[in-house]
Amino acid sequence: MAAEGLQVSGLVAGWGDTVIVEDVSFDVPAGGRLAVLGRNGVGKTTLFSGLTGIARRRAGSIFLGERDLSRAKTFDRALSGLGLVPQTRDIFRSLTVEENLLAGLKRRPRSALDEAYTLFPRLAERRGNMGGHLSGGEQQMLSVARAILGEPTCLLLDEPLEGLAPVICDQVMAALEALARSDRMTILLIEQQIGRAIDFAERIIILERGRIVWSGDASELKASPETIERTLGVAAMH
Amino acid sequence: MNARPSPIRGDLVKLAAVALAGLAAYVVFPNDLGLMTRVVSAAFLVVSLDLITGYAGIATLGQAALFGIGAYAAANANLYGVGEPILMVVVGGLAGAAAGLVFGAVVLRSRGLAQLVLTIALVQLVHEAANKLSDITGGSDGLAGIEAAPVLGMFKFDLYGHTGFVFSLVVLLATLAVLCAIVRSPFGLKLRAIGRDPGRVRTLGAAVMPALLVTFTLSGTVAGMGGAIEAISAGVVGLDGVSFERSAMALVMLVLGGSGSLFGAVFGTAAFMGFEQIVSTANPFHWLIIVGVLLVVVVLFVPRGLSSLGHELKRLIVITGLKAEKR
Repeated sequence: MAAEGLQVSGLVAGWGDTVIVEDVSFDVPAGGRLAVLGRNGVGKTTLFSGLTGIARRRAGSIFLGERDLSRAKTFDRALSGLGLVPQTRDIFRSLTVEENLLAGLKRRPRSALDEAYTLFPRLAERRGNMGGHLSGGEQQMLSVARAILGEPTCLLLDEPLEGLAPVICDQVMAALEALARSDRMTILLIEQQIGRAIDFAERIIILERGRIVWSGDASELKASPETIERTLGVAAMH
Repeated sequence: MNARPSPIRGDLVKLAAVALAGLAAYVVFPNDLGLMTRVVSAAFLVVSLDLITGYAGIATLGQAALFGIGAYAAANANLYGVGEPILMVVVGGLAGAAAGLVFGAVVLRSRGLAQLVLTIALVQLVHEAANKLSDITGGSDGLAGIEAAPVLGMFKFDLYGHTGFVFSLVVLLATLAVLCAIVRSPFGLKLRAIGRDPGRVRTLGAAVMPALLVTFTLSGTVAGMGGAIEAISAGVVGLDGVSFERSAMALVMLVLGGSGSLFGAVFGTAAFMGFEQIVSTANPFHWLIIVGVLLVVVVLFVPRGLSSLGHELKRLIVITGLKAEKR
């Protein structure tokens, strides 16, 4: 499957009656990499939840390639090619690694599991272990692997490096780089490790109180420490 | 490493264990075959409940409605000329399936506590309908005079319950074999995943509602088959077959044996009914207290049910060994 572009226009989304994301618009071309940055609580995760249909969409449109997903149900969006690696990882703790991966296969043959094991050889070693017995890094690998087995044409990654040791972060980022280079999917990344996010992405949007307050090229943001300090509250990238 | 052994081999071993336990019971307790047949028919009910509660993660206190509808359907079929017991079980299963589909369509419109209350309301409605529709249910007197023909024209049902027990055991083993295949299939995997986290399953591209409706239908089929077997073996179907109390007892048996495991459900049923029989005979006045204490002990100390006792003991030995090593 080839990557597809994501076009979001005037998206308003939230939980119940509470609006969190307001009038958010952006385009990511097919195969592009976009990082969504912002302080805690500005609506980054809700933005992804709105895109996947978990949070309530109140207005705006979402197009994946030529398909309008604005009113589609969550599972239809996933079947259409929108994949999500949630912040909470959400692996099935009482299923084995292999069963977790099988759950993400959609209608693909079992042999497709080899893709996951090639990307994360550690999972192959742990294939018979229960999800709840994995380390944090292994759970994150499992969550990413399960998402990509569904062959998403656009993958949303919500803080995939949260709580991981630096060496595991390197491994996960290397796997994401490999995925991005394959041109099989467009990637949107929420990440608190701003340096890694800027290095990975081509384009950046920064949210504040549910709205986009800055957008531009990653190189542009990298060259502007004052923008980083003003919008993200950090003096230097780490 | 905690790698698990082959699940299919494990299922075959457990199926063989159920068959052997049934045969042993047949030989050792020839005078209690009626009780053991009731244990088998109750096992159908508890296994059916396990599909919904243990696998799909939906708590219900109305499962006996599906069991009772299967029993009434099989009984009516018999009274209208269907004598072949296998056919009666099929009729019970089909009636249970239809009821399960309707039950699921109603129950799945709600969630959480409201959903649980809805299941209680449904079983009470079915109970009341059975009480009022005396033309087809016999009302409070029940439907009597159910006489099944010999199984396959060869094995006649006898007064001592030999044929009834063997027939019900064979049907249970066949049902368990089919259910093992289902819960190991991709559908079963999806069901287990839904039971743990339905929201996550949706984001993986699977529709949750149709899978749950299929599960309710499947569960109704199994419960209805159990009801038919009870109708065949007891020769009478009463209102207690569709009662809230029976639904609640089924849930107790499931928790006792271990939910999310077909064989745990069977084990829980046999353990509960066997224990109940022994204790109520030994102490007819206080047996319910003893049963209550047993349940409290199991829930507190073996929360995953009696079927996980071996695993829990193994874990305890490992932990004790590690502590000793540290010292």
